[in-house]
Amino acid sequence: MTDQSPEKSEGAQAFPDSFDLEGEFARSNVQAVLEKLDRELVGLAPVKQRIREIAALLLVDKARRSMGLETGAPTLHMSFTGNPGTGKTTVALRMAEILKNLGYVRQGHLISVTRDDLVGQYIGHTAPKTREVIKKAMGGVLFIDEAYYLYKPENERDYGAEAIEILLQVMENQRDDLVVILAGYANRMEVFFQSNPGFRSRIAHHIDFPDYSEKELMSIAQLMVDAQHYVLTPEAQKVLRDYIPRRMKMPHFANARSMRNALDRAKLRQANRLFGRKDRTNLTRHDLTTIEAEDLLQSRVFQV
Amino acid sequence: MHENPRNMTQGQFSFLPPLTDDQIKAQIAYAIKQGFAVSVEFTDDPHPRNTYWEMWCQPMFDTKDPAAVMLEVNECRKTWGANHYIKVQAFDNARWRESVAMSFIVNRPKYEPGLALARQEGPGRSIHYTVHSYATDKPRGERYK
Ligand SMILES: Nc1ncnc2c1ncn2[C@@H]1O[C@H](COP(=O)(O)OP(=O)(O)O)[C@@H](O)[C@H]1O
Ligand SMILES: [Mg+2]
Repeated sequence: MTDQSPEKSEGAQAFPDSFDLEGEFARSNVQAVLEKLDRELVGLAPVKQRIREIAALLLVDKARRSMGLETGAPTLHMSFTGNPGTGKTTVALRMAEILKNLGYVRQGHLISVTRDDLVGQYIGHTAPKTREVIKKAMGGVLFIDEAYYLYKPENERDYGAEAIEILLQVMENQRDDLVVILAGYANRMEVFFQSNPGFRSRIAHHIDFPDYSEKELMSIAQLMVDAQHYVLTPEAQKVLRDYIPRRMKMPHFANARSMRNALDRAKLRQANRLFGRKDRTNLTRHDLTTIEAEDLLQSRVFQV
Repeated sequence: MHENPRNMTQGQFSFLPPLTDDQIKAQIAYAIKQGFAVSVEFTDDPHPRNTYWEMWCQPMFDTKDPAAVMLEVNECRKTWGANHYIKVQAFDNARWRESVAMSFIVNRPKYEPGLALARQEGPGRSIHYTVHSYATDKPRGERYK
C-alpha cells in the first residue's frame, strides 16, 4: 500500500507549484461572514481589521501547507479586552464561524462561561467541572468572560488555580481541538496576564474593543430598532440623541448593551401606551411599529 | 495476525491490531453523528460475560466532537491504563433499540495471560465447559501486574 518507488523519496514529494488563494477564499465563505460582521456591527474598525488579518494569515498558512512548507499549527487562542457592551461576545461568535469556515475548528460552536462554570466548591470538584466545560467546547470556541476571576491571589488555596492549570494544558496540547478566548476589562486582564505568564504566552492575538462614540451608539440603536421592526419618529430620534450623552455619564453604562436596554424599556412603554388607549379596537401597523418621543422621555435618565 | 494469541477478544474490532488514536476518533465521530451517547469504561475482570465494567465518567450526551471523548480516554489511560482494559461504548437511545450500539476496546494491559478452559463432567459423560480468566485469581488491583 505504501508507495516505495525510488523517485518518490522523502523531500521530493510532488507538491503543486501554485495555489489558488482566490478560489480558496471564495470556497471558505469567509467573505460572507466578514460582510455580515460589517453589516451587523457598527464601528469597531480596528477589531474588524484584526479579524481580516487573522483570516488572511490562516488562508496563507493553508496555502503554505499545501506546498509542504512546515509552519507548525498556528496558535489561535485570543484575548478580547474592552468595557461591557463593546461587542466582545458578539465578535467571538463570528470568530467561531470564521474559524469553522477556514477549517481550524471542526464544529464552530461557542460555549460561553464564567468562573462559576469552571471552578468548584470543594476539593475534587474543580477538575471534573472544568473538564466537563472543555468537553462541551471541543471542536469549537471556549469563551471565558471576566477570565481574571479565575485567579485570586489573596487566597492561595483557591480552586481557580486548578482550573487554570487544566486550561493551560488543553490550550497547549490540544490546539487542534479547541480555541480559547479570554475576555474582560483591559486593565484587569493586564494584571491577570502579569501573574499568569502561562496564559500570556499561549495567546497569540490580543484584540482591544474601544468604547463607542455617541454617534456610533446612535447608529447601533438605529440598527437594533430596524432589526426588530420598529420605527423611531423624528422626535423620538431627537430624544434618543439627547439620551445617549446623559446615559453615558451615568453609572453602569455598558455601551451597546445600554442601547439595547433603553430600547427594550421603550418597547415596554410603547406597549403600555397602546394598551392604555381608550380606543383599542383598531390598532394599525403604524401604531404597532412606532416608538414615540414620550416612550423614551419617561426614562429615569431624563428625571435627574 | 495476532501479536499475542491470548489477546482478549470482545466487542468490535478486537480481532484486528489495536486501533490507533485516529481510528478511535473516527469511530467516535461516527457514534456522535448517529446521536449516540458515548461513554468510557474500564475493568480488570474482562470475562466475556462481565458486562458491568466501571464507569470512568458520566456518559457524554451533549458532546459535539470526538476530541472530548478522547480527552476522557486519555485521562482514563493515565489512571488505569497500565493494568486495565478500557472500552468505548456508544448507547443508542432510539425507541425499541435503547441499547449499546457500539463497544470496542481502546486499551489493554501490557500482558494478558488469557483464559483457561475448565471442563466439568456431568451425568452420562456429558461435559460442561467454561472459561476462566487467570488474572481474576488475584484480587482486584493486583491483576495484570
Ligand atoms: N458594534 C455593534 N453594532 C451593533 N450592535 C452591537 C455592537 N456591539 C455590541 N452590540 C450589541 O450590544 C449587545 C452587547 O454586546 P456583547 O457582544 O454582549 O458585548 P460584550 O460581550 O463586550 O459585553 C449585543 O446585543 C450586541 O448585539
Ligand atoms: Mg459579553
